[in-house]
Amino acid sequence: MTEMTGARALVKALEREGTRHIFGISGGSLIPICDELLNSDMRFILARHEQGAAHMADGYARVLNKVGVCMATSGPGATNLVTGLATAQIDSSPVVAVTGQVNRAVIGSDAFQECDIIGVSASVTKYNIQAMSPGEIPEAVKKAFHVANTGRKGAVLVDIPKDCTTESADITFPDQVTFRGYTVNAAPRPEELDWAARILAGAERPIIMAGGGVISAGASGELVELAELLLAPTATSLMGKGAIPGDHPLSLGLCGMHGTMEANMMVPKSDVLLVVGSRFSDRTTGKISEFAPNTKVIHVDIDRSEIDKNVETMTRVVGDAKLALRGLLDRVRVLRTAKTSPEWSKRIHEFRCDMGENGEERPPYLRAPKVIRALRQELPRDAIVTTEVGQNQMWAALHYDAYLPRTFFTSGGLGTMGWGFPASIGAKAAKPEVPVVDIAGDGSFGMTENGLATAVEEELPVVVVVLNNNVLGMVAQWQRLFYDRRYSAVKLKGNPDFVKLAGAYGAEGVRVGTYDEFRAAVRRALKADVPTVIDVPIDPEENVMPMVPPGMGLKDTLMEGA
Amino acid sequence: MHTVSFLVENQPGVLFNVSNLFRRRGFNIDSITVGALEDPRVSRMTITVDADPKTLNNLLDQLDKMVEVIRVKRLDPLRTVRREMLLVKLGTRDPMAREDALRYINGQHGLVLDIDEEHIMAEVSGEPEELDRFLGNVKSIGIVEMSRSGVTALEKGRLTL
Repeated sequence: MTEMTGARALVKALEREGTRHIFGISGGSLIPICDELLNSDMRFILARHEQGAAHMADGYARVLNKVGVCMATSGPGATNLVTGLATAQIDSSPVVAVTGQVNRAVIGSDAFQECDIIGVSASVTKYNIQAMSPGEIPEAVKKAFHVANTGRKGAVLVDIPKDCTTESADITFPDQVTFRGYTVNAAPRPEELDWAARILAGAERPIIMAGGGVISAGASGELVELAELLLAPTATSLMGKGAIPGDHPLSLGLCGMHGTMEANMMVPKSDVLLVVGSRFSDRTTGKISEFAPNTKVIHVDIDRSEIDKNVETMTRVVGDAKLALRGLLDRVRVLRTAKTSPEWSKRIHEFRCDMGENGEERPPYLRAPKVIRALRQELPRDAIVTTEVGQNQMWAALHYDAYLPRTFFTSGGLGTMGWGFPASIGAKAAKPEVPVVDIAGDGSFGMTENGLATAVEEELPVVVVVLNNNVLGMVAQWQRLFYDRRYSAVKLKGNPDFVKLAGAYGAEGVRVGTYDEFRAAVRRALKADVPTVIDVPIDPEENVMPMVPPGMGLKDTLMEGA
Repeated sequence: MHTVSFLVENQPGVLFNVSNLFRRRGFNIDSITVGALEDPRVSRMTITVDADPKTLNNLLDQLDKMVEVIRVKRLDPLRTVRREMLLVKLGTRDPMAREDALRYINGQHGLVLDIDEEHIMAEVSGEPEELDRFLGNVKSIGIVEMSRSGVTALEKGRLTL
C-alpha cells in the first residue's frame, strides 16, 4: 500500500495493464491526469475530436488484439466518445474509455461540463463504472480491462470525478478482480461439439461462414483446416474478412446484401451451414426466411445470447471459436462418412462473375472496383486496410482481397461514417512498420478529416484513398434504384479541394487521373514520411453491384441496377 | 404473463441497466420488486412481463451476460409461489359500504390498518389474480387510493434460483 494521488493511481493502473498509447483530448477535469502522464512513458496521442480518439483506440485494439485506451474530459468530451464506443461495442472491439467527471460534491447539480456519462453510455458499452474515491481507481481499471478483453470483447467506460484524481489515499493495486455475475466460459461443452460434428460429418454440400469471432479468437488456421477437410466453400461476413485468405480456392468472399454472387447463390443451396463467430446481421442474411431455408445451421459463438436470436439453428456450440473449431476438427476427422462431392466446391466458379471490375470506362472518372484492385496489387500481403462506410466500404469488401486476419478493418455493425481514417491512425500507431491505408469516400472522410493534424503531428504516415464522387454515394444509389432518382440531401457540392486540404495540414495531397497515376501515387505515399491523401475522381452514377434489394433473399442478388 | 427472477449486485445503476434492456427490446414491465438478500451485496429482483417466449428467452440470455447480473431464471408457474401486497383505501361513509368493505377484506384475510368516519385502509395480499378479483369486488364501494407492491416469488421445494 502506497500513498499517492488518484491521478497517479490511474496512470500506474493503466501502465500495469500494459497500456502504451492513449488516444484522447485533455480538458478541465483531466488536467491532474494529463499532468501525471508527463511522468509516464505512455504516449498520449492528441486527437482533434473525441470521436476520433475513440476510433483510434478501436483501430489500435483491432490490430493488436489488445485493449485500446481513449480519454476525454467531462461533459462534451465524454458525449463525443459515445459514437466511438458504440462502434467498438457492436463490433466486439476491446476499448476502455476513461472520462473525467465534475467534482463529487457537484455531481447531479448540472455543474459546468457535467454530463451523466454513466447513464448515457449504458446502452453502448459492455460495462461502465464510476470510481468514487482514489482508492477505487485501480480496481475500476482492472475490472474495465478484464471485462473489455474477455469473452465477447467490447467497450467499457471508467468515469472519474476530478477531485478523486487530486486527492491522495493509500492505494493498492489488485492482481485480479472477481465478479459474481461475470464469468467467461471459453471452453465448449463436449456434447455440443459431438452433436455438431456428427451433423458436419454427414454434410454433402457444406458451407462455412466465418464472422469476426474467428478473427477475434485467432482461429483462422483452424478455420481453413476444417474448410479443407470438408471441402467446404467458405464465406465471410464483413467482420470476418481475412479469416480465410481471399485468394484461397475455397474462399467465397462476402455473403450478404453486397455479397459476391458465389456466396449468395451457394449459401442457400447448402445442406449444412457452419456459422462461426457471426451474429447473422440483417445485412448478412438478407430476408431471414430465405437465408438458408432447407439447411441445417450450426452456430458457434462465444455469446450465448446470439444463438437463435436472428436465425433458428439446428445446434449450437457456445465457446471460443478457436477451441470450438479445434474440437470439431478432431471429431470430424474420425466421423467423416459422407464425402463432399468435388463438384460442390467447383460450383464457386460457376457463379463467380465480373462484379464491375471490367466495366465500361467513363472518363474523366476512374472506376472504384479497378482502383481498389490496383491498390491491392501495390500493397504487401500484410498491409492493413481500414474503410469508411457506404459505397467505399462495399467496394473495398468486394474487391480488396484480405490475405491475413487482422488486416482488414471496418465499422461493420454500427456503420459509422468517419471511422476508417482515425482507425487507420490507431492502426499505424499499433504497427508503424506496416503500410496502413484508409479506403474512404468524400462524405465519410469529411466527418473526421481533422485527424490529419494528429497524423502529421504524431508522424503516422497513413494513406487515405478518397473515392471522390462528391455525393453520399450509397444513399444516392438507393435513391437511384428505389426512389426514382429523386436525390435528396446527398450532393456534396461544398466539398473542399482534398489536395489543398491535405497541404493545409502539412500532409501530402495528390489528385490522380489514370490508374497508372494512382499506382504511382500509392507507391510514393508508402515511402512518404507524412500522411498522403489521394483524391480519386469516380462517377457519381456508379453503383455497388452485386446487390440484394432490401427485404429480398440472397438468391435475388442483382448484378445490374434498374 | 411471465415471472422472472434475478440475483444482481446491490449497486446503484443496476436497476437502470436491467430495465433499460427490457425497454430496448420493447417490453413493458408489468411489475418489479427488489430487495437485498441476507448477503446485502446481492439483491433479488422479480419482474413480471407480458412477452412472447422466444424473445423473452433471448432477452434473458442478454441479461445474464450483464456484468452486474449474477443469475437469471424464468420461473415455472406450476412450481412457483407468487405473492403481491395491496394497500387500499376505500370510501366508507355509507354504513352499508363499510360492512361490504369489511366483508371483502376479511374474505381475503386482509388487515384493517386505519379507519376513520369516511375511510378504511386495508392491507391485502395474495396471488396477483386474487388481488385483481378483490379490487373488482370493492370497486363499487369506491377506491379512494391504492398501491400494489408488485409481484414477488419463490420456487417451491428444493428449487432455488
